[in-house]
Amino acid sequence: MPEENEELLDQITSSEYKYGFVTDIESESAPKGLNENTIRFISAKKNEPDWMLEYRLKAYRHWLTMETPKWANVAFPPIDYQDIIYYSAPKQKITPNSLDEIDPELRLTFEKLGISLQEQKRLTGVAVDAVMDSVSVATTFKAELAELGIIFCSMSEAVHEHPELIRKHLGSVVPYTDNYFTALNSAVFSDGSFCYIPEGVRCPMELSTYFRINAANTGQFERTLIVAEAGSYVSYLEGCTAPMRDEHQLHAAVVEISAFEKSEVKYSTVQNWYPGNKEGIGGIYNFVTKRGICQGDHAKISWTQVETGSAITWKYPSVILKGDYSVGEFYSVAVTNNMQQADTGTKMIHIGKHTRSRIVSKGISAGKSNNSYRGLVQVGRNAVKARNFSQCDSLLLGDQCGAHTFPYIEVKNSSAIVEHEATTSKIGEDQIFYCNQRGIDTEAAVALIINGFAKEVMNQLPMEFAVEAQKLLAISLEGSVG
Amino acid sequence: MQESINHITELHESLPGDSLSDFSDRAFKDFNQLGIPKAKHEEWRYVKVSSLFRKDLTYPLHDSGLTIEDLQDHLLPDHDQATTIFFINGIYAPALSMVNHAQDELVLLPLSVAAASTEYADKVKSTLGQSTPYHPDGIHALNAAFSSKGIFIAVPPGKTLARPVYIYQVSDSRKGYTLSQPRTLVHVGAGSSIHLATTYATLGHESFTNEVTEVLVEKDASVYYYKIQDEGAKAHHVGTTSIRQIGKSLTNAVTISLSGGLVRNNLDMIMEAEYGESHMYGLYLLNGNTLVDNHTIVDNAKPHCLSNELYKGILDGHSTGVFNGKIFVRKDAQKTNAYQSNKNILLGDHATVNTKPQLEIFADDVKCSHGCTVGRPDDDALFYLRSRGISEKNARSLLLHAYAVDILDKIQLPALRAHVDELISERLEFNF
Amino acid sequence: MHMLSIKNLQAGLEDKPILKGINLEIKAGEVHAIMGPNGSGKSTLASVLAGRQNFEVTAGSVDFLGKDLLDMAPEERAREGIFLAFQYPVEIPGVSTTNFIKAAVNETRKHRGLEALDAVGFLKMMKEKMKLVQIDQSLLSRSLNEGFSGGEKKRNEIFQMAMLEPKLAILDETDSGLDIDALRIVANGVNQYRNKDNSFLLVTHYQRLLDYIVPDFVHVLYNGRIVKSGTKELALELEEKGYDFIKSEWALAGE
Repeated sequence: MPEENEELLDQITSSEYKYGFVTDIESESAPKGLNENTIRFISAKKNEPDWMLEYRLKAYRHWLTMETPKWANVAFPPIDYQDIIYYSAPKQKITPNSLDEIDPELRLTFEKLGISLQEQKRLTGVAVDAVMDSVSVATTFKAELAELGIIFCSMSEAVHEHPELIRKHLGSVVPYTDNYFTALNSAVFSDGSFCYIPEGVRCPMELSTYFRINAANTGQFERTLIVAEAGSYVSYLEGCTAPMRDEHQLHAAVVEISAFEKSEVKYSTVQNWYPGNKEGIGGIYNFVTKRGICQGDHAKISWTQVETGSAITWKYPSVILKGDYSVGEFYSVAVTNNMQQADTGTKMIHIGKHTRSRIVSKGISAGKSNNSYRGLVQVGRNAVKARNFSQCDSLLLGDQCGAHTFPYIEVKNSSAIVEHEATTSKIGEDQIFYCNQRGIDTEAAVALIINGFAKEVMNQLPMEFAVEAQKLLAISLEGSVG
Repeated sequence: MQESINHITELHESLPGDSLSDFSDRAFKDFNQLGIPKAKHEEWRYVKVSSLFRKDLTYPLHDSGLTIEDLQDHLLPDHDQATTIFFINGIYAPALSMVNHAQDELVLLPLSVAAASTEYADKVKSTLGQSTPYHPDGIHALNAAFSSKGIFIAVPPGKTLARPVYIYQVSDSRKGYTLSQPRTLVHVGAGSSIHLATTYATLGHESFTNEVTEVLVEKDASVYYYKIQDEGAKAHHVGTTSIRQIGKSLTNAVTISLSGGLVRNNLDMIMEAEYGESHMYGLYLLNGNTLVDNHTIVDNAKPHCLSNELYKGILDGHSTGVFNGKIFVRKDAQKTNAYQSNKNILLGDHATVNTKPQLEIFADDVKCSHGCTVGRPDDDALFYLRSRGISEKNARSLLLHAYAVDILDKIQLPALRAHVDELISERLEFNF
Repeated sequence: MHMLSIKNLQAGLEDKPILKGINLEIKAGEVHAIMGPNGSGKSTLASVLAGRQNFEVTAGSVDFLGKDLLDMAPEERAREGIFLAFQYPVEIPGVSTTNFIKAAVNETRKHRGLEALDAVGFLKMMKEKMKLVQIDQSLLSRSLNEGFSGGEKKRNEIFQMAMLEPKLAILDETDSGLDIDALRIVANGVNQYRNKDNSFLLVTHYQRLLDYIVPDFVHVLYNGRIVKSGTKELALELEEKGYDFIKSEWALAGE
C-alpha cells in the first residue's frame, strides 16, 4: 500500500465518536449486583403484577444454571455480573402528563442526538419511543396511532395496560431458556417498546425506538415485542448510542416479532453504540437476540441492520418461516474498525412449504478489527420447495484486520433450492485509479466504492434513515482508505 | 465406550518399544486428555464418532493371514503395473505388497525402520505429526499412538513416476467388528511426481478404519492423490490426509465416496511456500444410511498461492452429506487466490445435506470466494432431453452422470478413472 | 389427412392465462408460420405442444395423428414425431453431444419398432446428416451446447431434427440471433428435410425467415389468439405495416 494511502487511512480512522457526551441528570438506581432482590427491586419499581415477577424469577433461576456461550468468534474477559447496575432511571422532577412536561435536560439530550420529542417538530412520518438507561422517557404520536387501534407504548406501560397481550406473546418467540443472554434479559429487562398492529391495519407511520445508555456502570436490558395481526403492516426502526466511557458496558436486549397471516413487519436497526477508543478501551458489549416468526401463511419479516458501533457485537436476527409461502429477509452492513469485534448474521428456519428467504450481508473490516458473518439456513423435511439465496461479501481495508464467514446450511428436503455465495476482496487499485482519473480524490473514491458495496442493504432502509446511515458508514470508516 | 477404550489402553501398554515410542506415548497421553470427540465438539457436530467405540470393537494387532487370492475382488485396474502396498487391519503387510518401481525411484520402508535409519530419520521427523495441530482431538491422537505399524514412502528428487502407487487398506472383519489404524508417511523430493491412490476393503462384518496419511512435498514436485471409498454400508472410516507444500509445488487430491457407514474424510492442504498450487475435488454419491463428512482445510501461510476446491454430492435414501471447508489466509499470505465450491443434489425425501463453507481471512490483498448450492436436477435440461425422446429416468441418470463427470475428469490415471466411472454408472443406472 | 389439430387450446403460467383459445389445423406436408408481437404467446404455444411442464393447460384439445397429444409425456411426444427446435437450447455440461443424440435416436427407433443403431450405423447416419447443416464433427464431440455460439446452437438443433426424423417440427424463433449466412444454412437444412409427409410449424417474430423457408400458411397470434390467417402474402403485409396494424384492427373489433 502506498505511503500516502497509509496516512489517509490513519487520518480517517481517527475520527471521533459524535455521540459520546454525558447528560448531567440525577438518576435513581438499583444497588450494584444481581440476585433475586435486584429482580424484586426492578419489578417493584415498575409496580408489576405477580405474574411478571414470577416470569423474571424463573428466568433468573434458569440463568444461574447456564454458561456464557463461547462459540462466537469474539474474545473478551469474563463479565462480572455483580459489578453491573441493573436499573437506572433518570429522575424527572414531576411525572410528565404530556410530552411538553418532559424534563428539559432529557429533551435536550434527545435533541442533541437528533431525536425531537415534540411531535410538531418531528417529521410527521415517524412515531418515537425514547428510552434512556432503564426506562422509556416518552412516546410520541400515541393518540394518533390509537385511533387505528395500534398500540405503541413502552413495555412497562404495556404490562399494565395490555396484560393479556403481553402474557400471550412475551417469550413466545424467544423463550427465556433460549440462551444465556435471553435468560439474563428476561430476568432483569427494564423497559423497551411494545407494538401491536391489529388485523388488516397498515401502520401509517414509521415506529421507532431510540435507545440511549447514559449512566455509568449500568447495563441496558431492553425488551421489544412486535405483534402484527393478520393482514397488517408495520415498519419499525431502532437506533442506539451511548457516552464514551473507559469501562465496557453490557447491552443485552431481546426483540420478538410475531407476524400472522399475510402480515408484514420490516425491522430496521441503525446500531451506533460507543465502539471504544482506538486502543479498544471502553465500548458497549452488544449481545442481542432478535427473532421473528412468520406464524401465518404469506407472512413476511424483514430485518435490515446497519451495525457500526459497539466494542463487540453478537447478534443474529432470525426468522422462523412456519407459515406456508412466508418470507424472511436479512440485510446487513456491519462495519468494524480499530479494535471492534463483530460476530453477526442470521438464521432462516424453513418449516412451511414454499417458504423463501434471502440473506445479503456486507462486512467491512478496517483497523485491527475482526468481522464475522455467521448464519444458519435450515430447511426442514416438510419445507417443500423452500428457497434460499445468500450473498455474503467482505471488504478488507488494510492488512491488520480479519474477515470471516461461517455459514451453516442444513437441508432435508429434496425440492429445496439453497444457494450461498461469498467473496472477500479489497478495494482494487484500478477502481481507485479509475475514479482518480475522472477527478475524484482517493478518499471520495473509497467512500463511493464502499457505498456501492453496501448499497443493496442501504436501499432497504426507510428513506428518513438511509441518509443518516450512509453518513454513519462514512464516519465509522473515516481514515480507513486502503 | 469405556470398555473399548480400556481394551485399547491395554494394547497400548503392551506395545514393544521402538524408534517411535516417544511419539506414540505422547500421542496416547493426548488421547487420554482429549478423549473421543462428542457431538458438542464444533468440528464433529454431524458425526457421532463416539458411537463407533462399542463394546464389541476389537483391535487385532497381528497378521490375519490373508492371501492375495482373498483380495482378488478388491484390486484396482492395472494392479500388476503399480507398486502395491497392503495394510491388513492397519498393519503394513510386506508379504502381500509389491514394489514395481526401480530402487532409485521409490523407497518403501516400515515406518519404525525409517525412523531408526540414518538416511530417513530426518525426513520422518519433519513429516510425522504435521497434521496434529490441525486436529486437536482424541481420534487423531489415537492413530498416532499406534503409528509404528505404518509405512514410509520416499520419492528421491527428480523422479517422475510413470506408474502409480496403490495402497490397499483391508479390514479383516470376518471374526467381528474391528479397528484398523494405518499410518502412512510420504516424502516427495524436489522435482518429483507421484500418483498415489488409496482404496479400502472390508471382509466380513463391520469395520472402523482410523487412518492418517501425511505427505510432505518439496519444491517443484507434484502429487496426485486419490482416495476411493466403496467398501460397503458397514465400513466406518475416519481418515486424515495432510499434504504440506514446503516449496513451490502442485498438489491435486480427489476423494470419491460411494458407500460406507459413518465416514469422515479430513483433507488438509498446508501451503507453506510461495506460488504453491493445490486442487481438491470430491464426489460423494450416497444412499442407504451412509453419512459422509468431508472436512477440508486450506491453510495459506505464504503469498501468491492458488487453491481451488470443488466437491459435489448426490444424495439418495436416508443418506447424509456433510461438507465443511475452511480456508485460512494468514496475515502474510497476500495475493492469495482461493476458491471453494460445494454442490449438492438431493434425490430422496429422506436425505440430508449439511454444508459449511468457511473463510477466515487476515490479509487484504486476496481474492477468495466460496459458494454452495443444494438443489435438484435442472428442470430445463430434463425437459430438453425428454423432448428428444429420452425417457425421464434415462434423462435423469444422464444428467446425474454428467454432473459427476466433472470430478471424474480430475482423476488423471485413465484406468482408475474408467474404473470409478464404471462404479458410478452402475449406481446411476447410466448406460449410454 | 390431419397431422395436428388444435381445438380451443387454453394455457397459462401460474394462474396467468397466455393462450386463450387457439384453433389450428396442420396437414401432412404443410408449412405453417405463426407470427406475432412479443408476448403474444408464440413460444408458449411451441412449449405447450412439446409438453413443457410449467405451463398448465386449462382447456382445449390437441390431436396428433389420431392421438391425444396433451396426454403424453414430453418424451412420448418426441418419439411419436414431434420435434421442438428450442429458442434457447439448453447447455448441459458433461453430456457429450454425440452420446446424447445416439441415446435419443435409439430410444425413438425402439418406440417405432426399429433395431437400435450400432456404432457404425449411427456414425454413417451422422455423417450424412451433418452435411445438411454444415455442422462440424468437432462440435459434436463437445458437451451438449456448452460454449456453442448462437449459430452453432441453432445448427445443432436442426441437425438433431434431421437425425430424429420427426413428422412435425416446431421451430421456435430459430432465426433469432442468426446472421444472414447462418440463417441461410439453417433454412437450407430445413428445406432439404421438407417433403410431402412431414410438416413444419415456424414460430417467428420477423418475416425474413420466411424468405428462406416459404410457408403455405401464415397465422398472426395476438393476445393469446390467432387473429388473422392467410398465405405468405400476409407475412409481407405484416413486414410492411408492422404489428401495430393488427393491434389497432383488433382494438376496433372491440377487444
